[in-house]
Amino acid sequence: MFQKSRLHGEFFMQGDIACAEGALAAGCRFFGGYPITPASEIAERMAMRLPLLRGVFIQYEDEIASMAGILGASWAGMKSMTATSGPGISLMNENIGLGMMMEAPCVVVNVQRGSPSTGLPTTWGQSDMMQARWGSHGDYGSISLVPNSPQEFFDLTITAFNFSEKYRLPVFLMADALVGHMTEKVVIPKVEELEIINRKYTNKTPKDYLAYDYDESLIPDFAKAGDGYRYHTTGLTHDRRGYPDMTVECQEELVPRLVNKIKNNINDISLTEEYDIERADVIVISYGITSRTILPAITMAKKKGIKVGYLRLKTVWPFPDEKIRKLSEKVAGFVVPEMNLGQISLEVERCAHNNSLVKLVPHPGGGIHKFEDVLHAIEEVVHGK
Amino acid sequence: MSELRVKISGFGGQGIILSAFIVGKAASIYDQQHSSMTQAYGPEARGGACSSQVVISSKNVEYPLVNTADVLLAMSQEGYDTFLPILKKGGILLYDTDLVENLRSHKDFIAKGIPATRFAEELGKKIVANIVMLGFATKQAKIVSPDAMKGAIADSVPSKFTDLNMKAFQAGYDYNEEQ
Repeated sequence: MFQKSRLHGEFFMQGDIACAEGALAAGCRFFGGYPITPASEIAERMAMRLPLLRGVFIQYEDEIASMAGILGASWAGMKSMTATSGPGISLMNENIGLGMMMEAPCVVVNVQRGSPSTGLPTTWGQSDMMQARWGSHGDYGSISLVPNSPQEFFDLTITAFNFSEKYRLPVFLMADALVGHMTEKVVIPKVEELEIINRKYTNKTPKDYLAYDYDESLIPDFAKAGDGYRYHTTGLTHDRRGYPDMTVECQEELVPRLVNKIKNNINDISLTEEYDIERADVIVISYGITSRTILPAITMAKKKGIKVGYLRLKTVWPFPDEKIRKLSEKVAGFVVPEMNLGQISLEVERCAHNNSLVKLVPHPGGGIHKFEDVLHAIEEVVHGK
Repeated sequence: MSELRVKISGFGGQGIILSAFIVGKAASIYDQQHSSMTQAYGPEARGGACSSQVVISSKNVEYPLVNTADVLLAMSQEGYDTFLPILKKGGILLYDTDLVENLRSHKDFIAKGIPATRFAEELGKKIVANIVMLGFATKQAKIVSPDAMKGAIADSVPSKFTDLNMKAFQAGYDYNEEQ
């Protein structure tokens, strides 16, 4: 644990700790946060490990400052992260919006617990999914990844850093208390075997460089702090120099770019796992821990002779609109079990657009779905109810 | 595919979560099986009801929770009362005889008791009662191999207490109810 290097090998490791190790493997060297169950173990691990890797750990006075801190570290050139749960995200949202506007790469981990408010601190939920998409005010593209095991928490933490650096934005890792506190075998490859994406720095001279200039990728290049480049950034609507320009023209150029830089790359960002989709009459769509806790219901449905397929979203935002739309033309319907009272099911409904049925199987969090409820929904869809 | 679902229950502070961690590590790292360990606890750190669970499988563990247990380790009356109903028929119940005194009918189960906490006190530290219990479970329920369990225990406790923990394991492993 007090090793002065990144780990590699096989470990029996808790999800939260695997997340911290994933961050270290990705090159994260700054953690700013405020402790909260069920995410505290991430901070605890980072506090132990970062100083030995010449990194910085700061426990701030609250979540508002934590988010501001990781934006500052990102701006100074470090890969930075914070980890919290729903109540903490509520406080961070203002500065998350600033991060979206500044286009500051960083990773925000939400180990979801039962909510709203302080809710169920020690048990799990998935009710912050829409908050991850629309939490801060305004329009912006958003990336949210959802792990369903400690191994995947490790893997997707690296992916989250890669996406954040590549597309320049705060990326959400939407775990939950069950995955965060679950312990399983985690295989950590050697650093040289991992795909790590680092931020793109400009080739231009300081004279020709504009902080928010961009090419067809829609993503501006960074300049290294201290290398003599002139830099200005702001939360106000800004021009390519980064200076406030509060005109309709500038707004019309900037805000769609923040959305389109993600939308245009959905094929790269959207990660899914599919089973038996091709001949399915009904497809169960789930994400995170729910994708594991409802598996017995799928087995039960198969035993009854129902052709049931299974789609797991590892990337929830951006939502795979086109994929769901195409599937909706082929199947009787979708069943969406989630640990909230209907969030991602609304997206599925939007994409299915009356082509097929969509059945939500809700759960308010703190427990798991009854298998019979999921099975019943599958049967109803097959029978066209 | 063979699958074994183990539930461990007691108070916060008894090492209930560590016990499940050790079992899971023994299975997945030392016995080359797959395992998934989860825990349940309240906001209080010590004294409250606490339980942990491990699923051990020859294949990847898909469903990680324990709704029905093949093996139940009970280290408190409350833990026994709460989780006996989820022990499946023919399942193995192992309990601390000094902490679980109010027994129900065991006719559907293989039930064995051990004074684990008393043994731990005799060894000098009450805190190793959970390890006595793990030794007992290794022998009586064969949840993992003895070498795997010993390896995982040695990895999971401070090195200056390795000997004490090995003695605790052995005390549980060697205990025979009929003695």
